[in-house]
Amino acid sequence: MGRSKSTLRLSLRHLLLIIITFIMVYPILWMFFASFKPDTQIFSTANLLPTTWTFQHYIDGITGGAGINFGPMFLHSFEISLVVVVGALFSSSLTGFAFARLEFSGRRFLFGFMLATMMLPAQVVLIPQYIIFHKFGLINTFVPLMLPSFLGTIPFFIYLMVQFVRGIPNDLDEAAVIDGCSTFRMFRSIILPLARPALITISIFAFYWTWNDFFGQLIYLNNPRLFTVPIGLSMFMDNMGNTQWGDLFAMSIVSVIPVLIIFVVFQRYLVEGIATHGLKN
Amino acid sequence: MDASMQAAANTSRVKKSPVLNATRRQNPAAYGFLTPWLLGMLFLTAGSMLFTLYLSFTNYDLLSRPHFAGVVNFTQLFSDPNFWTSIRVTFIYVVVSVPARLIASLLVATLLSKQVRGIGIYRALIYLPSLIGGSVGASIGWKKLFDQNGPIDSILQLFGIHGPVWLGNPSTAIIVLVLLSVWQFGSEMVIFLAGLKQIPGHLYEAATIDGASSFQRYMRVTLPMLSPIIFFNLLMGTIASFMVFTQVYVITDGGPMNSTLFYVLYLYQQGFQYFHMGYAAAMSIILLIIIALCSGFIFLTSKFWVNYDV
Repeated sequence: MGRSKSTLRLSLRHLLLIIITFIMVYPILWMFFASFKPDTQIFSTANLLPTTWTFQHYIDGITGGAGINFGPMFLHSFEISLVVVVGALFSSSLTGFAFARLEFSGRRFLFGFMLATMMLPAQVVLIPQYIIFHKFGLINTFVPLMLPSFLGTIPFFIYLMVQFVRGIPNDLDEAAVIDGCSTFRMFRSIILPLARPALITISIFAFYWTWNDFFGQLIYLNNPRLFTVPIGLSMFMDNMGNTQWGDLFAMSIVSVIPVLIIFVVFQRYLVEGIATHGLKN
Repeated sequence: MDASMQAAANTSRVKKSPVLNATRRQNPAAYGFLTPWLLGMLFLTAGSMLFTLYLSFTNYDLLSRPHFAGVVNFTQLFSDPNFWTSIRVTFIYVVVSVPARLIASLLVATLLSKQVRGIGIYRALIYLPSLIGGSVGASIGWKKLFDQNGPIDSILQLFGIHGPVWLGNPSTAIIVLVLLSVWQFGSEMVIFLAGLKQIPGHLYEAATIDGASSFQRYMRVTLPMLSPIIFFNLLMGTIASFMVFTQVYVITDGGPMNSTLFYVLYLYQQGFQYFHMGYAAAMSIILLIIIALCSGFIFLTSKFWVNYDV
């Protein structure tokens, strides 16, 4: 009796989970399959699956067959995202190490300030930053999108690094200091190699936030030759009275592939990373 | 963005290491390491904030020199109907979507908290929308999903419901954006899942011995034990919701008839479409104040419902 009751509960749980999962993935599936439907089928049929499959939308989108060429946009997005990853690694590892391991005047104040900036809405600093970059003639370059990452403007990464470096036992670098190792050697040869998990997490987040960023790219890039994927997608949708939805869906699907790959490969880092950061007190 | 805010809640002190105590202050070396961040902080963060504050008192338009204009931007804002519309729309969005996302994430996390076969797949697929939902690509799909006679309408028709013109109607357009927000409850869910795992089993055993039903156990044990996490998700979700932009820009661009003129969208229009930089700066100062007030309010009320003793 008890057994059949618990089997029933378990089946019910599965049924509920399947329904929820289906609702969650349906929009993604719909767009995915729509990208393989010929134009005439995309909105005329309620069927999820295409009756005839076409890869034309992907070909047109990537090669520019339909007027807008997404190929260079993907290169731009990759270029910006990769440079931001480098910048984030550079600035957050240096800063995080200093906060976690070095004693200096004003440390508590600066650390507190760094934590406070995590709550700061991006829009509050965006206007002056835009004006600064405008003054230097850097609108319509990738500099405003890349440079800030080298200057540690994402406090979350510094915070992650501080937390991680604090967890590395002190014995190693104490011994190194006693042996006359310079602070920089200690950072480079001892801490940095041990901090690899933190550096990987920072790289993942830096890549996919930059890849998905829209506001920054929207204000700094007005020249179609410099467009990135998010800008290209939104302009493509706006500008054409007769939008090629199939191409747009195809390119949207391609645009989320890097994020999906990162998710699949680094799932543990991402999901557990989010969970533990949210919980540590 | 989400994660950075989550981390903000975890303030903790710098632990003194023996090396630090043993050696003298390391000012030169430390400031060497900090140089990039200090530059960024001075020019891009702190400096920018002060600059924003200054600009909010000018009529800067990017072309001519900024003229000091006193509180004109602020008085103008308060008599600008679009400003009030954007405040109202944004508050409605925050007040509806944040609790909806909290409830959805909590319920699904509870459902996922017991070990069931394939839990990893369920968890990954339910988390998926949160991963891509903020992107332009996903927003485009969402927009077309709610097209007239689009997929959502055809599904509703199966149940004999005639869907409204979702995005063409001022009273329903915002629903589409709220639903998109709720669809992305994954990161809250993951945090709840981790929290659920940490509730000690003996509490449930004790409650069962005392004769509590499973519903009572949930209300009397699970919820109080999760309250710090509910607080955390509420705070971070509220802050993030005030700043929503991409989805709004792509899906409705403020329309129809300003019914989805979100605060940050209006700020963007003023600053980067009309180049009313002073006006936009004033708006961003007000946004900062609103967010600070709301966070402060949530902190204050937390005394009454967040349970920290365990």
